[in-house]
Amino acid sequence: MSASPTLRRLGLLTPALATIGLLVGVPLLLMFWISLLQKGGTSGVDWASVPSGANYLRLVWEEDFDGTMIVNTSYLLILLRSVLQAALTTGLCLLFGLPVALWMAGLGRTQRDIMLLLITIPFWTNLLVRNYAWLIILREDGLVAQTVNAVSPFGPVQLLYNDLAVAIGLTYSFLPFMILPLYTVFEKFDWRLLEAAHDLGATRARALRRVVLPIAGPGILAGSLLVFIPCLGAFVTPALLGGGKTLMLGNIIQMQFGASRNWPFGAALSVVLLALMLIVMTSVALLRNRRAK
Amino acid sequence: MSGSSAVSIRNISKSFGRGASAVRVLDDVSVEIGEREFFTLLGPSGCGKTTLLRLIAGFELADRGVIAIGGQDLTQTPPFRRPVNTVFQSYALFPHLTVEQNVGFALEEQGMARDKIRSRVGEALEMVRMHSFARRRPSELSGGQQQRVALARALAPRPQVLLLDEPLSALDLKLRKEMQIELKQLQAEAGITFLFVTHDQEEALTLSDRVAVMQGGHILQMGPPREIYEAPTHRFVADFIGDINLLEAEALPGDQLRIGQGVTLPMAHGKAGAVTLAIRPERARLTAPGAGTLDATLIHSAYLGTALLHKLELPGGGTFLLRQSEVAQTPLESGSRVGLALPADALRVLDQ
Ligand SMILES: Nc1ncnc2c1ncn2[C@@H]1O[C@H](COP(=O)(O)OP(=O)(O)OP(=O)(O)O)[C@@H](O)[C@H]1O
Ligand SMILES: [Mg+2]
Repeated sequence: MSASPTLRRLGLLTPALATIGLLVGVPLLLMFWISLLQKGGTSGVDWASVPSGANYLRLVWEEDFDGTMIVNTSYLLILLRSVLQAALTTGLCLLFGLPVALWMAGLGRTQRDIMLLLITIPFWTNLLVRNYAWLIILREDGLVAQTVNAVSPFGPVQLLYNDLAVAIGLTYSFLPFMILPLYTVFEKFDWRLLEAAHDLGATRARALRRVVLPIAGPGILAGSLLVFIPCLGAFVTPALLGGGKTLMLGNIIQMQFGASRNWPFGAALSVVLLALMLIVMTSVALLRNRRAK
Repeated sequence: MSGSSAVSIRNISKSFGRGASAVRVLDDVSVEIGEREFFTLLGPSGCGKTTLLRLIAGFELADRGVIAIGGQDLTQTPPFRRPVNTVFQSYALFPHLTVEQNVGFALEEQGMARDKIRSRVGEALEMVRMHSFARRRPSELSGGQQQRVALARALAPRPQVLLLDEPLSALDLKLRKEMQIELKQLQAEAGITFLFVTHDQEEALTLSDRVAVMQGGHILQMGPPREIYEAPTHRFVADFIGDINLLEAEALPGDQLRIGQGVTLPMAHGKAGAVTLAIRPERARLTAPGAGTLDATLIHSAYLGTALLHKLELPGGGTFLLRQSEVAQTPLESGSRVGLALPADALRVLDQ
């Protein structure tokens, strides 16, 4: 009757393992398999095709008219732009989120709860709706654009359909993901350490740099990953606020599964995106371990 | 130059809260602390000791009054520009830094050269005998070790004044006694003015050059430990420090005091009417009942090894503690009637 502890533990883990396997493992394997096939058929995949790495090669090389392979940098550029856009958004979220989180941690109980509610309220509406709202705010005959243009020394400025608009939209969408982990860190922060730093001669700025930020490090990292990673795959905001002109990786993927009906290439792009995220997360984890030593 | 005053606190008042709910925590407090003095603030919980320390460190600003350190008015100066360092009750060591980084924190802020920082940190750690723990993090240290690091961290920049807020309260009795001796030695070696806070009267008496006894935001009495112990001026001070017997008496004209039913003693008191007398248990003597002594009944004697502690009942109802060091005498039986002799130089007339 008595099973070994290892067996029993495995038995207890079965539901969890089965769930993860079914919902994460199988789809990922399927995606990888599709990325090796050719496009075709009404579903977008030619299931009978011979598996090959052709879709991955297409990211960098392209067949010329005469059959020779030439380098095509357009996908690489989009990849680069996605990374930069995501990094910019992360930076902006940090810039705005850090002071807000610090300020919130210093509030009284009820005020804190109200702030937390206010920060989560935007999630009650659909992402699409929120992006349309920005469309209205930023468009040419909108109040913001007119005000900016009235005072702009550079003549009329186009606020919509450019990288700036995408950055604004992404920052707005992902700011809560930065604020919440930061707030959690600052809420637990022992503010007497700040007094100790002042006591030992550190000005406010120095104390922030030498005591608050290092201790808040894990929260900053968590927030940055929570913003950076979904940003990398974002497609609604660049499509709407970027006007389809400034494409990000997410848009290309969405196109392959939609209009282009090229599931295998879309799958290959997705795998690349996934690999990119894994690289970021692993290097962050490695960096953190090295720091902790 | 303001002479030999290291810290000068003049007419400091501080309230917390606003309007009707404001609570006055310090009320017109004035203290002068000399160079290299070991000065202790002693008082019950909530009397304003920490608040006074925080005002000197610069974490709070006074409502009124002046704080000067080394003759310089620093009342409005931010904490990071004051030549004082604090040993916090909670230690407040930086958890992300090693012991040596903690101790070097202030030196780095001063922009000191690296090798100089290293030698100064080494010195400071040597002083508190923690040099073998330099690479550890605070979480890897015991309470007593953390306390020493906190001390080294505050001493490393060689402040003019060191503020210590109940630094020993988290330690067990044995370690506490050891650290008391170390603290005292450290202070002598470093030649720094210590402003020490405690609510442990014994600690205050053993360590300090001078003690200020606080209650409810006031300093009641200030002086060398001996004076505080032997010549308390307030009932609160007498009661707070050590065991003491309080007797109601009447001040008579002609420098006489009447205690109880007709015992009169000669004593210069300068008062009139009802007064409270205080006498330490070891200063009263047991004699045979007779003229000039108080009648008393022995309730109970406890053997303390080096002394006998007698508990006596006075005719008026109160109890009286008497400590007798000549243990060799034949023990008295409970219930026996004795006489209490109260030497005039051991009696104190208290302010209420
Ligand atoms: N920031 C504050 N806001 C409101 N009241 C305060 C504040 N700090 C202290 N107090 C009050 O001031 C009084 C004195 O506090 P303080 O910390 O100086 O006492 P303490 O003598 O150090 O006591 P303990 O021995 O318990 O440490 C207390 O009644 C406390 O409640
Ligand atoms: Mg206190």
